Amino acid sequence: MSGYLESQLIILCLATIYAYGIFLPAASGQLNLGAAGFITLGAYASAWFNASTGAELPVWLSVILAMMFTGTIAFVISFPILRTRGVYMVLATFAFAEVVAGIVINVEELGAAAGMPVDAHLDVTVIVPMTILVILFSFYFMSTRLGLALRSIHDDENVATLFGVNVRTAKVVAFTVGAMLMSLGGSLYGHHYNYIEAQTFNVLLSIYILLYVLMGGTQTAWGPLIGAAFFTIVPEALREIAESAGLTWLAEGRFMMFGAFIVLLMVFRPEGVMTRTLQDRLGGGLFRRKKQVLDETAANS
Amino acid sequence: MLLDVQGIDVRYGRNHAVKSVDLTLDEREIVTVLGANGAGKSSLLKAILGSEKSTGTVLFDGIDISGWSAPKRIDAGLVMVPEGRQIFVSLTVHENLQMGAYCRSGDVGAEIDAIYERFPNLAARRDMPASVLSGGEQQMLAISRALLAKPRLMMLDEPSLGLSPILVKQLFVLIEELNRDGLTILLIEQNTHMALQSADRGYVLELGDVVLSGSSKTLQEDSRLGEAYLGTH
Repeated sequence: MSGYLESQLIILCLATIYAYGIFLPAASGQLNLGAAGFITLGAYASAWFNASTGAELPVWLSVILAMMFTGTIAFVISFPILRTRGVYMVLATFAFAEVVAGIVINVEELGAAAGMPVDAHLDVTVIVPMTILVILFSFYFMSTRLGLALRSIHDDENVATLFGVNVRTAKVVAFTVGAMLMSLGGSLYGHHYNYIEAQTFNVLLSIYILLYVLMGGTQTAWGPLIGAAFFTIVPEALREIAESAGLTWLAEGRFMMFGAFIVLLMVFRPEGVMTRTLQDRLGGGLFRRKKQVLDETAANS
Repeated sequence: MLLDVQGIDVRYGRNHAVKSVDLTLDEREIVTVLGANGAGKSSLLKAILGSEKSTGTVLFDGIDISGWSAPKRIDAGLVMVPEGRQIFVSLTVHENLQMGAYCRSGDVGAEIDAIYERFPNLAARRDMPASVLSGGEQQMLAISRALLAKPRLMMLDEPSLGLSPILVKQLFVLIEELNRDGLTILLIEQNTHMALQSADRGYVLELGDVVLSGSSKTLQEDSRLGEAYLGTH
């Protein structure tokens, strides 16, 4: 694999992991704009646990401990944050990420504004399998009873309560597990590039990740994968095509077109690219026979 | 006695929605709670289910369940069909039914199949989002979903709301069928006429108070029933 393709693949993998971290709470209708905060926590915690200036632990243990550390913080802050709704939750999570960045920039031991070198290196042979693991885990998570409960909360929280769903618990679990996935993504980022600085994990990153999820669609576990893939591959592919065809206007203006496309998508398909109905239609080959039988029984009775 | 509610009180801040209401239900009875908008009917049901905070005593099958959480009460055999159908629109028909059994452990596949046999329209759309269902089908789904909780007492909150007269008739036939199969029913209605035809007894709520109660026959003949709706006394 060429160096360029490999670097693109890494970017795609990290974006996918981040996206699933935001997707889990989004599946129950919670908008989390604090991705950068959790990624920062994961990246710095893992670097500190692993580095000679910190605890000097093996890299795999550092990554796991970072996830537990981030998970604990997410669990604690989830209680005040989940009291807020809609746009207020967006603001609360955004504020959290700003607080994390503010702390990191002011702590000398973490390199402050100059950033921090990271010891152990993890390459594509680790990151790709980890990404696949995250995807499989998310599909499994959404297929469980809790996953169904989260989707029912997305539709109608009050009715979900009537059937015995503990809305608070379900939301806290989704928020915390999501934060742990983002922590994993942050750790992998740090150990791949071997250098982290708080400014990399800024609000633009949080916005992009939330966009991956919302544009991809929150109804199925395919959404974040499609969103992340689309947002990372299409701008690059457009540049490649435009440059090889000598269309400089397209290469330079591709983000403008991309922006316009996002607006159109929001207008015409606010529920995201991948919906239950679309999934059903695409899976038609697999399920059509069963449905036909059912339709016939329905018609006969 | 299956349900014995004693002095139940629901408050939302300064709004006293249900004022010390007493209500009883025998096994296999259909009892209706009538009253105008804002009389406190829905709050009463939610208090019985435990999804709304309340004070007072609720005995279910002789056991004091007042301190129990909603999931525990659902597990014990209480279930509620919410007002305005309120199915989960982005979930498939099948997943909606699974949500009904949320508090139960074990396989409910056979029971879901039985529902599909009873309502072929639901079977035909089992893998489609519930939003594609018509109003009548949505009500069937809402009731089927509640049946999957394996209830002993089903509480229905204005099930006839927004349904055509023909569908309302079918709905009441279904309710009576379920009752004959052994289900006890607590029915909230604005459709006084239909409700009193099916019910054995009824209560009339006005601004959180029981102003009238008795057998359906006596209620039908009582002129105060109309007054409770119109608020003329």
